[in-house]
This record gives sequence, structure tokens and C-alpha cells, in this order.
Amino acid sequence: MKVSLFATCLTNAFYPEVDLTMAKILKYLGHTVDVPEGQACCGQIAFNSGYISDAREVARTLIDSFEHSEIVVGPSGSCIGMIHHYYPFLFENDPVYLAKAHDLIGKSYEFTQFLVDILKQPDLGAKYSAKATYHPSCHATRFLEIVEPPLKLLEHVKGLELLPLPEAQLCCGFGGTFSVKIPKISEAMVAEKAEHVLASGADLLLGLDMGCLMNISGYLEKINKPVKTMHIIQLLGEGMQG
Amino acid sequence: MTMYKEIVEKRVDKALADDFLRKATRRATDRLRLGKFKAAQDLGDWEDWRLAGEAIRTQVVANLDFYLKQLIEQVEKNGGHVHLAKTPVEAVDIVRKLVHEHDAKNVIKSKSMVSEEIHLNSALESEGVSVIETDLGEYIIQVAGEPPSHIIVPAMHKTRQQVADLFEPIAGHTLSSDTPTLTKFVRQEMREKFLHGDIGITGCNFAVANTGSIVMVTNEGNGRMVSTLPRVQITLMGMERIVPSFRELDVLLNLLGRSATGQRLSSYTTILTPPKHSSDSDGPEEFHLVILDHNRSEILGDTTFRRALNCIRCGACFNVCPVYRQIGGHAYGSVYAGPIGSVITPLLEKDWDKWGHLPYFSTLCGACTEGCPVRIPLHDLLVKLRARKTLSGHTPQIEKRIFQGYRYMFTHEKRLRQALRMGAHLQRPFVKHERIVGGPPPLSNWTKSRTLPMVASKSFMQMWSELKLSEKSSNSDPIQ
Repeated sequence: MKVSLFATCLTNAFYPEVDLTMAKILKYLGHTVDVPEGQACCGQIAFNSGYISDAREVARTLIDSFEHSEIVVGPSGSCIGMIHHYYPFLFENDPVYLAKAHDLIGKSYEFTQFLVDILKQPDLGAKYSAKATYHPSCHATRFLEIVEPPLKLLEHVKGLELLPLPEAQLCCGFGGTFSVKIPKISEAMVAEKAEHVLASGADLLLGLDMGCLMNISGYLEKINKPVKTMHIIQLLGEGMQG
Repeated sequence: MTMYKEIVEKRVDKALADDFLRKATRRATDRLRLGKFKAAQDLGDWEDWRLAGEAIRTQVVANLDFYLKQLIEQVEKNGGHVHLAKTPVEAVDIVRKLVHEHDAKNVIKSKSMVSEEIHLNSALESEGVSVIETDLGEYIIQVAGEPPSHIIVPAMHKTRQQVADLFEPIAGHTLSSDTPTLTKFVRQEMREKFLHGDIGITGCNFAVANTGSIVMVTNEGNGRMVSTLPRVQITLMGMERIVPSFRELDVLLNLLGRSATGQRLSSYTTILTPPKHSSDSDGPEEFHLVILDHNRSEILGDTTFRRALNCIRCGACFNVCPVYRQIGGHAYGSVYAGPIGSVITPLLEKDWDKWGHLPYFSTLCGACTEGCPVRIPLHDLLVKLRARKTLSGHTPQIEKRIFQGYRYMFTHEKRLRQALRMGAHLQRPFVKHERIVGGPPPLSNWTKSRTLPMVASKSFMQMWSELKLSEKSSNSDPIQ
């Protein structure tokens, strides 16, 4: 398959290794990978802050950059969720881009969903010894209904013991600009999430969205209780080498 | 606006510093949430019930003019009086006039969020009328002089000890803080009040349009006392609180009890068709239905937000909201707190300066939408309210600039790439142990409680371009 990568703004700037590993895994599975130029961001940060017209222009840029792609895969339930959940609303008065948005929605997937639901490859032969817990990110779970795929992938990682995360359904408090606009409530939320991560007994925190992971691990580091944190892509990447 | 910003911050700080409040809120919402989950599972086909509930509410709201007319005709045919109040002030005036006409000294009330919305108690009390809330939770917060912190569990934030302390001056002796003692005390207090009530004021969970009946869902039976003992009954309702007939009521009662408290049915479901008829053994001789608009007509005409009127006031969205969980209800500042309160308050009150903070009291995690028994897309409405606030020019200039900058950068990837290269250099003064620390606001709002990773020395897009170049020159695939 010819797969175009959507390097989300957060991974592009802060965690390029997540995007790169995603490329490597897809290549390893025999797919042709490209990274269309011009892509930058799904626009969610402006959209969620109420700046619709700014978000729309950024979204337009993203749509344009993937216009000729057959399949688009990104390492984030939140960004793919933005496209699926809000692009139709964003372009409701622009029939040309509305059609293009629907085209993008029809061909775009979050990484774990793509691997498990589309490629039907939950087993990448990865090995990784750790006691891990998994934070189900809100947008992946609630906007895209991605529940099983990440768990299926983790089930097949040899040596990985997956411990339940108490109150896993609770948002970590990131919420994009929420974290800096109402920092105190955000802090209270991430403090509770951190409490549950520590209570899980895991020494590795996994997720499929770097925004949430950056928030949770950043807090754990700040309170001097660092827990190793990885995107599922990073875990698979390392596990496939081992 | 700055003034309100400070008030909001103060309220949030106060809530966050109140360990008891936060623990109590966690405990109570957990209990309600798990109860709801179990009750929904017991019923089976919960998603189908939600769809049915949504369909009923959407149909009622879309045809509200028809059902309102039918309801009014039925109530009048039954011998009741209907009053339409355009504003909270009008609603208060209607009640005040009725109180004066009947020379009422003692008003007893069962739970009504509309009465909170119009701030009825303080208005009546200022004229020397004694107003008593007869729902236990409402009574507690009335004595404490506080607004409800949850629409279903108004005194959720109070300990038994705090309640005992509040009641002691009324009792005139010390009270032990065990539940039987406290409830016994309130029961005794209430018996007296019930017997001396001149007018009973009730809320209304649903009004049945084709019979003119009022439906109240309670757990203490106080609603029955308020609507049978006094000679005059006044019922307050929001204009959207209608069901066409008992058929639809069946579905909504199933959703309401389960979603609110995890009960298949609340202890008391009171259906009244007042006033008292010659064949009735009890009930009020005179019945007044006050129907409040308070900008609901405007919401009705707004296709984006109309769905907010579908709410059946079950409070399920409170119990799953991770923001409400941390701060409780008072920090919102509004009569209706939680996700639904954050949606409807700005729409009802139409004051961005005062209520503009509410749509931001959410991470947009979607738990509210998932929890809503009539499928109101609450988080979508919250984000759309933010957009409306921005469009109306009520957001800070600096924020506008930031997003203009964002748009400039993120519509041209090459510009972004350059900016990230610069960022990797510019971050140096703030880097410590490979993490960004400190920095100016809004960055510091993050770094105060969390570490931030460094901007990568090479963005992925940059990395990929370079890999592509080397692939071309070496004729091999460097990323394998």
C-alpha cells in the first residue's frame, strides 16, 4: 500500500522519533511511505480555542497536502479525531473543501487503528520486557471509538505485562490550550491521573497520543516520580529491534 | 472583564484548596456514575433508549409552540392558571403577586432549579415572606446560604458534621452528626412547616402536554406534601420541559432515574393534574403554572445550540466530567454548573463578561457527551460557544494575535520548519537537563507544574527531507 504519513505538529516539533519510527514500521511491513510536503497541523489548537477561521486555513493547508494521497496515517487519535469529528463542521459552508474534507476523512487513520483494523497486523513480533499501563486517550476513545486496536497490539508484545490503569476513563487534563489557559484545574487533573499511574504499579506508561503523554510524564517528572513514558509506536519500534 | 477574571480565579482557587469538597465531589460523582452504569446495563439496549430519548426531546423542542399551546389549553381546561414569564424578573413578579394576593406568610417549596435560576427565594424573603426548602439537600444549602453545587445533589459538598453544625442553632441544642439524628430533626422541622404552608411551590421535571399533568421526580416525598397540603400550588417550569403524552414520559422517566441516581425509578414519581377536583380527597384548590422563557425562545431559534434544550436535568454529565470532579459546582459561579451549565448559562444569561469563562471549563474530552442520556453533543456545543465568543469580539487581543501567528506559521510548512530551527536555538536559556523550564507566560503556566521536552534539534519534516536527499544520492533506503 502507498501510505502518506501525517506528522502531527507536536511529534514533528518535539518527538520526531515517533514519526520516524512510524515510517520505519510501515516500511518494514512492506508499504511505500511518503510524507507530503506542506502539511503542518490539523488546526485543532485554534479550533478548540474558538478561532475557527484561523483553524480553517490551517485545516485547508492540511487537506491540500494530502489531496493526492491514497491513505493517510497519523500517530495521534486527537489529530485524526479532529479531522473526522470537526472538519465537516469547519467546512459546512464551503462545498469544495467539504468534499475534500470527506475525502480525507475516508482515507485517514490513527496508527493503531490502521495496523489492526485495516492491515490486520496486530502482531509485529515485538519483544519488550516491562510492566506497563495504558492511558486510553479521550479523543481516540470517544471521537474515533478506538478501544481494541492499541490493546491488541500490546497483547502481542512478548514480555510486556499490561497492568490496569485505575479510573482510566478520566481525561489527563491536557486539553491543548486548556493546560495553559486554566492551568490550575489542569494541574489538579493531571495530578489525579499521575496518582492512578503510580497506583497501577507500572514502570512504563503507554499511550497513542503524545499530547496526553507529554502532560502526564511532564507532571510525574516535576514531582520527581518519573515513570518511563512511550508512545505505542516507540514501544513497537524498540521491541521489533530487540 | 478583568474583574470577572479575578472572581473566577478566586473561586477556582478556593475550590482547589478545599480538600474536603474535592474528596466529597469525587466520592459522590463516582457513586452516581457507577450507579448509573449499572442501572443502564440492567435495562439493556441503553444506546437504543438514548436514541429514543433524543428523538423524543428533539421532536418536542422542534414543535415546542404546538406542545406549549396544548399544555396551556389542558391546564386551563383542568381549572389551573397559566402565566408566561419572558424574563426571570417577570417570573418573580408573577409569584410575588400571587403571594400577596393570598396574603401568604409561609411558602414551602420542593426542589426547583428554575426557582434558583430566577433567584426566587431571596426576592420573597426580602419582603418578609418565610420560604422553606423542603428537599433535604436544598434545605441544607438554604440554611447555609449557598447555591446548589450539583443539580441533583445540591449539598454534595457538605459533611454530616457541617450539616449538624448548621442545624444546631435551629434546633437550639447539640445534634449528633449521624444520619438518623439529622434526618429525624429535619423531618420534625418539616412536619410543622408543611402544616403551616400557605402556598406550595414546586418544580417540574416534565409537563404532559395532552393532559396538563405535572411530573415530579423526588426521593423524599416532600414534593407530595408541598403539592397536597397548601391551598395554593405554584409550579415553575422552563418552557422546554414538556412531553407530548404518557407514552414519551415512560421513556424519559426510565432515562432520568437511571442517569441521575442509578435508580430504576426514583422513590417518588408524582404525577398531578391540579387543581383538586370534587372527586379528589386532597390537592390544592388553586393551581398556577409559571412557564419561564428566559431566552429559551432565542436558543430554540438557534440551530447550532437548540439541542441544549433537549436536556432532562439528570446531572449525568456532572458525574463524568473530570473538571467538575476537581472543583465541584460553586467554582463555576452559575446556578447550573457542570458541562450542561457551561453550555446553557452563557445562552440564557447572554453576558460574555460574566459567563464567558464557562465554555472553557472543559478539556473537550467528550465524557459529557458520552454520558448524556439524550445524546446532547455537549463538548461540541462548548467548543462552538468558544467560537461564538471569539466572533463576538470578547476574547483578549493577545489571544487573537497568537492565533494569527499560528495561522501564519502553520499554513506554510517551510516557514514552520524555519521557526522550529530557530526555536531549537532560542530555547537554550530555558533548558535545564534537556527540559524547558520557567519561561514567560503562557509557557510558564505549563512549566510551573510540568516539565516540557526541548524542541527537537531537527523537526521530523526536516529529518525526512534530509533522508530523502541521502536516499537519492546513495541509491539505498536510509530509513530501513
